[in-house]
Amino acid sequence: MCLAIPGKVLEIEDEVRPKMGRVRFGGIQKRVCLEWIPEVKIGDYVIVHVGFAISKMDEEEALKTLELFREVDGALEELKIPEPEDHRGFPRPTEGGTDALR
Amino acid sequence: MDKKAVLDPMAGLSCPIPITEYKKVLLAHGGGGRLTQQMIRKMFLPSFRNEYLEPLHDGAVVPFPGARMAFTTDSYVVNPIFFPGGDIGALAVNGTVNDLAMCGARPLYLSAAFIIEEGFPMEDLWRIVLSMETASRKAGVLMVTGDTKVVDRGKGDKIFVNTSGVGAIDPGIDIHPKRVKIGDRIILSGPIAQHGIAIMSVREGLEFETRIESDTAALHDLVMTMLDASQEIHGLRDPTRGGLASALNEIAEAARIGISISEDRILIGEEVKGACEILGLDPLYVANEGKLVAFVDPDAADRVLAAMRRHPLGKAAAVIGEVVADHTGTVVMKTRIGSRRVVDMLSGEQLPRIC
Amino acid sequence: MRFVDEYREEAPARKYSEHLHAITTRPWTIMEICGGQTHTIVKYGIESLLPEKITLVHGPGCPVCVTPLEMIDKAIAIASRPDVVFTSFGDMLRVPGSSRDLLTVKAEGGDVRMIYSPLDALKIAKQNPDREVVFFAVGFETTAPANAMAVWQAKRLGLKNFSILCSHVRVPPAMEAILSSENRRVQGFLAAGHVCTVMGYEEYIPIAERYRVPIVVTGFEPVDILQGIAMTVQQLEAGRAEVQNQYARSVRREGNVLAQHVLTEVFEPTDRKWRGIGEIPMSGFRLNRAYSEYDAEARFNLTEVQVQESSVCIAGLVLQGLKKPQDCPAFGAACTPEFPLGAPMVSSEGACAAYYHFGRVDLKTQRGA
Repeated sequence: MCLAIPGKVLEIEDEVRPKMGRVRFGGIQKRVCLEWIPEVKIGDYVIVHVGFAISKMDEEEALKTLELFREVDGALEELKIPEPEDHRGFPRPTEGGTDALR
Repeated sequence: MDKKAVLDPMAGLSCPIPITEYKKVLLAHGGGGRLTQQMIRKMFLPSFRNEYLEPLHDGAVVPFPGARMAFTTDSYVVNPIFFPGGDIGALAVNGTVNDLAMCGARPLYLSAAFIIEEGFPMEDLWRIVLSMETASRKAGVLMVTGDTKVVDRGKGDKIFVNTSGVGAIDPGIDIHPKRVKIGDRIILSGPIAQHGIAIMSVREGLEFETRIESDTAALHDLVMTMLDASQEIHGLRDPTRGGLASALNEIAEAARIGISISEDRILIGEEVKGACEILGLDPLYVANEGKLVAFVDPDAADRVLAAMRRHPLGKAAAVIGEVVADHTGTVVMKTRIGSRRVVDMLSGEQLPRIC
Repeated sequence: MRFVDEYREEAPARKYSEHLHAITTRPWTIMEICGGQTHTIVKYGIESLLPEKITLVHGPGCPVCVTPLEMIDKAIAIASRPDVVFTSFGDMLRVPGSSRDLLTVKAEGGDVRMIYSPLDALKIAKQNPDREVVFFAVGFETTAPANAMAVWQAKRLGLKNFSILCSHVRVPPAMEAILSSENRRVQGFLAAGHVCTVMGYEEYIPIAERYRVPIVVTGFEPVDILQGIAMTVQQLEAGRAEVQNQYARSVRREGNVLAQHVLTEVFEPTDRKWRGIGEIPMSGFRLNRAYSEYDAEARFNLTEVQVQESSVCIAGLVLQGLKKPQDCPAFGAACTPEFPLGAPMVSSEGACAAYYHFGRVDLKTQRGA
């Protein structure tokens, strides 16, 4: 039972028990229980599972992971990464016009 | 479109069957007697008024052009009957018009049959009829015949609607899975999964605060625009129940070809994506009601795509893949991360994941 | 979507794929015990990006799949009662019991409702004081605190018409059961990122030491999985056996202490039967004595039922990673998602269903885009 997705905290209802709040996922907003994230602030990202926030996203760690993806250092050794080859027959995702086709 | 008229039937048009008389549909309304006649004359006839409906015969006799006719039928049992962006009536008209359009036909005449549960509010029936009138007027089709039955309370889920339709196919147009061939480009007319998510958001009482509306729309004008650009359109499908994945699988099976698509070319709206993430639904399998997927000769694809993008219902059209000789009968997708996986037919009903 | 899309990009995926090809010198078998990770792996074709030497096996990470048949039958028995509103997460509704599933009960007139949060079940109970509202509490440690919260709230509110049918399971005992098995082939583990978000990863350190296996706490997006596999393989190649945390943006060593408090307030560990595997000691949660009035099994006085599993189904071997779904003679023939013989074919995260939907065509031998 693992489906949990990150969302941005828009509102916090401090006065109710358990503490609730409004969280945005992409374009959707849902009311979520924030009781287990006592330090949560508006603008934080939380991970939500079946209506409960189970952790606050550590943005620094998230960026570190993304940096790892991009630079391939730290946990992994330096590598020479060849350019990804073009995909046969498929346009690269671009905007508009007939050059969207081959 | 005057959206307000669809959503607010009281805007300038009041329900012709006064509330003081019949607040709810009775069994007698479907009995064929006076109340049935009253309902037809006061509600259906004025809404769909045309010379072929007026005689109120058993069937309508209509002039018919051309050598080939397209004929289709569909029943609509959607729950809830009113949802963001439309209702069962609009679906019933647009859905059948679209089935005709997928044959390359100009939709001409529709029939409408209602099966109504006793006790159904007359006001709701009126809203649906008005919605169907608006949709058929926009689509340029005439509602020429119909039927009404009423069943005992508890024996029908509020209202079911069946629409059948006929259209004319101009010479030179031949849209059929057997024409789909290796190398054909696959063009999707716009973002997917809107209708299914709009329904889910109401039906499951999910309390999403979102602007997701059904994309229900009549596509025949878009199709005609495409055919004007080129007649080398080999296949057309509107991906309704079962979503884009099912529609592509059906063509792959019927045409005995393989289909290769690219995930990053398939458009999905931000809100729809968020809803699918939360619900654990795969948007490829969620229903659409105003989209089409076309299989177009590679030499014509440029022109057809350009024509689609000039049309309001095709602004976001894109090539999402092509027909290939490999993995016959199977749809394979290149994922966003560059790997490949099979896109299978839907099994049963997609239940939202929690895992 | 932020913090989601970035982990689904092609460039980093390609890099990890190439890195893995470069560093893998020996065959390694790596297991994940998380339905969400199984789903991602199969949906994104992760295996096609790995070198041949790496074998991924899917462990019993789908709580739907490991819920014992007897429990499904009990759920059906309760749901069939006219005074009951039976609430459940969606994926449980289609799991076949001995003769039917919950969706059939619904079709026959039972009040069976799909919900997304245990708080919804609570709401239904408040709104329907004259009905008995039962919630099918299934899941790993990720879900247990939420379910505990619902019970805790019920007690606080003095609700008399709410109860749960509890079949919670814990990951560490299952991991140990697999590692101590004679047939063990697993050499490294990806630990479930959201289970660890709640529980932390302290419990895995003694397991890594005792069995000499690297355990990497891993997230759920495709690039997370690839990074987790890369970290595991690096350890294996170097002969290390430690716990590492790939999913540091969500997981802390101590986990979420408040969530753990609710869990221990309401539940206590107990022996539990895992479908296809058998009983694993202390591998589940049950309501403790303070909250035992909310136990549906006691409230509805259910007798023990005798169940008969399909003799053809090899779910147990599949769930332990000893066989792949394609090895089963019934796979894709007598057993399909439309007519499943066992649970791994019903849940979309069960290994069998995942392979049926995504893996039937061998893409490695196909040309094409």
